[in-house]
Amino acid sequence: MKLLHDSWLVCARAMRPLWRSPMTLAFAMFQPVLFLVLFGPLLQPLGDRFGAPDGNSWQFFVPGLLVQLAILSPGMAGFGVIFEHRSGVIERMRVTPLSRTALLLGRVAKDAVTLIAQSALLVVAGALFGLRASVPGALLGLLLIGLVAIALAAVSNAVALRMLDREWMFAPTMSQISVLVVLLSGLLLPMSLAPDWLRWLSMANPLSYVVDAERALFAGRIADPVVLTGSLVAVALTATTVLWGTRTYQRQDS
Amino acid sequence: MIRVRGLTRRFTGKHGTVDAVRGVDLDVEAGELVGFLGPNGAGKTTTLRMLTTLLRPTSGEARVAGRDLLTDPDGVRERIGYVAQSGTLAFDYPVHEELEMQGRFYGLDRARARSRCTELLAELDLSELHDRLVATLSGGQRRRLDIAMGLVHSPELLFLDEPTTGLDPTSRAALWDRIRALRDERGMTVFLSTHYLDEADALCDRLLVIDNGVIVASGSPDELKRSVSGDAVTMTVHSGAIEAGQVADGIDGTSEVTVDGEVVRLRVRRGDEALPVLLNALRDKDIELASVTVKRPTLDDVFHSVTGRSLHEEVAA
Repeated sequence: MKLLHDSWLVCARAMRPLWRSPMTLAFAMFQPVLFLVLFGPLLQPLGDRFGAPDGNSWQFFVPGLLVQLAILSPGMAGFGVIFEHRSGVIERMRVTPLSRTALLLGRVAKDAVTLIAQSALLVVAGALFGLRASVPGALLGLLLIGLVAIALAAVSNAVALRMLDREWMFAPTMSQISVLVVLLSGLLLPMSLAPDWLRWLSMANPLSYVVDAERALFAGRIADPVVLTGSLVAVALTATTVLWGTRTYQRQDS
Repeated sequence: MIRVRGLTRRFTGKHGTVDAVRGVDLDVEAGELVGFLGPNGAGKTTTLRMLTTLLRPTSGEARVAGRDLLTDPDGVRERIGYVAQSGTLAFDYPVHEELEMQGRFYGLDRARARSRCTELLAELDLSELHDRLVATLSGGQRRRLDIAMGLVHSPELLFLDEPTTGLDPTSRAALWDRIRALRDERGMTVFLSTHYLDEADALCDRLLVIDNGVIVASGSPDELKRSVSGDAVTMTVHSGAIEAGQVADGIDGTSEVTVDGEVVRLRVRRGDEALPVLLNALRDKDIELASVTVKRPTLDDVFHSVTGRSLHEEVAA
């Protein structure tokens, strides 16, 4: 129970700035909203080619945007680590008797909560543009994206902690990786349009399975096998990355 | 309170290995205010990071605040406070939130954390800053809040890493008083690292000098100064410097006589008593002095005599 209690404390501290100014939540959403407004309409005439039900491309596009938001937001959580390392906060917390696992879990929990809130807002915005989605499916989709947020935030934390002695490399590294992951996940355009070699490459990207699962969920196909596959991939990814992140927090300790 | 034997730390990087700490032995008794002195790169920060559970030693053993550093780091963490040189505070938090949350990290419940926060802010003259954002505090205020963060769980042992670096002289002196008060009024053991000799001299009961990853000297500031062989006498003569050197050498109790152009330097146990004898002897030989100074040894002399370097020279990498 110490782990839960400690994680809660770390998360509560991390949430404070958000409580004080909830508008920061919206700032991070600027980019996905741009995609929604300036890119989404381009897909509308192509809906049939994606196999989007009733030619409604929003049902295809919005779930992809959620994954993009996960890559851009919790996936960049490492910047917070670097910032708090500079101000001495990370080290100060490592000297307290807080559980080492909680140091990571509390932080990524905050990222997951934040992302779920942002995703809900994005779905509502999508609805204004014409998204029609299954409600239980969309709720499950938010849960799944929360899991992905934990995984991506854990990776980002671990990478940042390992790059503290060359932190100037963190931004370029993460932006390269994120572009690669976005392109190979089929979140903008479906991988069904891709030549074989590109589709195979995308199969190496765990997030491509999550994108497929999210789309099925939003379309209300909850029993679709891609939902199960995507969920299992997300669970495995989260377990591995949280383990890695925790080990990174422990690495230097006595 | 602290007992360390054979502590070492080796860093392995792309450019080979560095033995930052090569075998530190040290003891600190309860209630002592100990200064840990050394030039940059001597192993000061590495040692401090090991003692505060932030860095795993390569070898050696240590008991800190009654707990084994290697087998019970959480036990150590509960009993020590640590204030890092780089600070401890996020700028986008109000003062009381950071302090109360720190209390909760150490296991205080909400009410206790709140009352402890009020108590500490009052004690460190920060009460009126309760709701202010950390970003708006001055350097001295922020430093006091850093120290409050380290005291929130009333530790038996407080580690301070270069506590006055970057502060103006008035804030420094005020902070020294507070650190003294922690020991005098609460019986807290304080272990602080510094590279300021005046700080070590004014504040600490005992000093440990580290150089090249080992402890090279230990004792009270006075003991250490006494260990340097006496006061430094420097004379300038108009002529006959060599002869003056011979005269000085012939006087009882002088040592390390050197002649450099017109300047004669020597050491003697009691400079104030030796000087009249020396002057008389020189007058007998018709040697005229242009100037003479007597200097009590400083910690810088101590440092020079144990390491062969001045404290502020960088260690060659």
